[in-house]
Amino acid sequence: MIEGLAALYIFMLAGFTGYEIISKVPVILHTPLMSGSNFVHGIVLVGAMFALGIAETTTEQIIGFIAVLLGAGNAVGGYVVTERMLEMFKPSKKESSGEGS
Amino acid sequence: MNIIIQASYFIAAALFILGLKQMSSPVTARRGIVWAGAGMVLATLVTFFIPEIIDSDHVSTNLTLIVVAIAVGGGFAWFSGKKVAMTDMPQMIAMYNGMGGGAAATIAAVELLKATREVEAGLASSIPDALGADVTVLAILGALIGTISFSGSIIAWAKLDGRLNTSKLLPKQHFINAIVAIATIGFAVSVYLAGDLTPIIIFFALALILGVFITVPVGGADMPVIISLFNALTGLAVGFEGYVLGNAAMIIAGIVVGSAGSLLTQLMATAMNRSVLNVFFAGVGTGTVAVTDGEQGEMKEIQGQDAGILMAFASQVVIIPGYGMAVAQAQHKVWELTQLLTAKGVMVKFAIHPVAGRMPGHMNVLLAEAGVPYDMIYDMDDINADFKNTTVTLIIGANDVVNPSAKTDTSSPLYGMPILDAMDSDNVIVIKRGRGAGFSGVENPLFFADNTKMLFGDGQKATNELIQAVKEL
Repeated sequence: MIEGLAALYIFMLAGFTGYEIISKVPVILHTPLMSGSNFVHGIVLVGAMFALGIAETTTEQIIGFIAVLLGAGNAVGGYVVTERMLEMFKPSKKESSGEGS
Repeated sequence: MNIIIQASYFIAAALFILGLKQMSSPVTARRGIVWAGAGMVLATLVTFFIPEIIDSDHVSTNLTLIVVAIAVGGGFAWFSGKKVAMTDMPQMIAMYNGMGGGAAATIAAVELLKATREVEAGLASSIPDALGADVTVLAILGALIGTISFSGSIIAWAKLDGRLNTSKLLPKQHFINAIVAIATIGFAVSVYLAGDLTPIIIFFALALILGVFITVPVGGADMPVIISLFNALTGLAVGFEGYVLGNAAMIIAGIVVGSAGSLLTQLMATAMNRSVLNVFFAGVGTGTVAVTDGEQGEMKEIQGQDAGILMAFASQVVIIPGYGMAVAQAQHKVWELTQLLTAKGVMVKFAIHPVAGRMPGHMNVLLAEAGVPYDMIYDMDDINADFKNTTVTLIIGANDVVNPSAKTDTSSPLYGMPILDAMDSDNVIVIKRGRGAGFSGVENPLFFADNTKMLFGDGQKATNELIQAVKEL
């Protein structure tokens, strides 16, 4: 378990990390990066599995089932779409250093 | 076992951050998503071995349910994600994002239900007493944000997919939204204070409605901002529910996405010279589609043959793609044309407006799909000064992003939005399906300018005519 104050530090540091990562991104990667970050919050799947895993009543199982269903959709869909997009990024043959921004 | 699980979550979180970092450069982007994917697989696998799950009274049922849910949800997403055309990418991202928001909200629902059970059984006096005040607050907040992101993303998906064209549900929409928002917050407070089921159900229902109501009035041109915002919101919701469950990987991944997404949303809104609040409360050209024509003079038509010749003898051609190119699937033809022109010694550049298409970078993805190297593609700030040296600017299915009234007409709803200065070039050729106004519903004076010629037709067909013309020379 993460206790209150430690969690607060995690919140803060993670916040700065996200800001740092995206602040130097060329425009051409905005859509793939949005898609990539969309995949990363698919980690919600893990939480959904936990919620369903410890469910004790039928109602909890039904809601937990929906949670896992949705979470898996987020994670898998996010990955497939991002991977397809990034696969297409190739530099031209002559020079591969320019990023256009 | 517990230490292995915790270590795996730690590694997963690190892989997510490293992966995102690599995704921010075109050279390493591909590796980035693979790393993040490895982190996800690791985190998912170890979750099956969490002691609480294995020691649960319903371990076999629950584990079966988990596997079935992953197979069904993941399978659906796998096939839809593989099948979707590159042009429809934005709405798919919106949908997967909505699913994530929904998952976060349902996790909160399960936790709150558990707490009400404890209250009913007399083990706790209230929900905060059962879960702890901090956990309860974050659970409710995550539920609110996640639910709004869920229903809002579904609406965004429906709008982009052409299944929902209305920009208005009710009269005085903004006023009603405010009331629904206040009511939702009211019930969120009562979820905290009361201990039974009724306020929880009403709270979730209201939050669902609020997400729908917020998104429906948003103008189509503002859709990228909304999708990005919902992406950030889902991240936040996931982070909050991560705290509720005591899962550090969820907190880190969620909050990183939350802050990265917020910044991205801000960048996008700035690119359109609008504040994020403005996007919500003043949709551009909402309601009726304004197709007023003829008031600014005549559009001058040009045939594909002549346009092709003009471009073949140009010294520099700048191509501005827009959503019309995506709809017509013309990106491959455009690249073919580019290669032909380059072979004739013409300097060809692509100019991308930050919000061209339905998402930032949407056009880049399509051009990349066709094989256009990314060093031929220029951002707005880099290319705008270069239009003066351009013989022909070819606009394919773009409209609002080259509308000069954004600079000159203070009464225009687009006023203040930075645009590509296509009108500075010697000739402008516009490929356009019909004479109607752009997505925002605003008339474009560029189309009536003296140096502008219209090449009417579907983007793919018109580009084909240009290719034929250049080939025949």
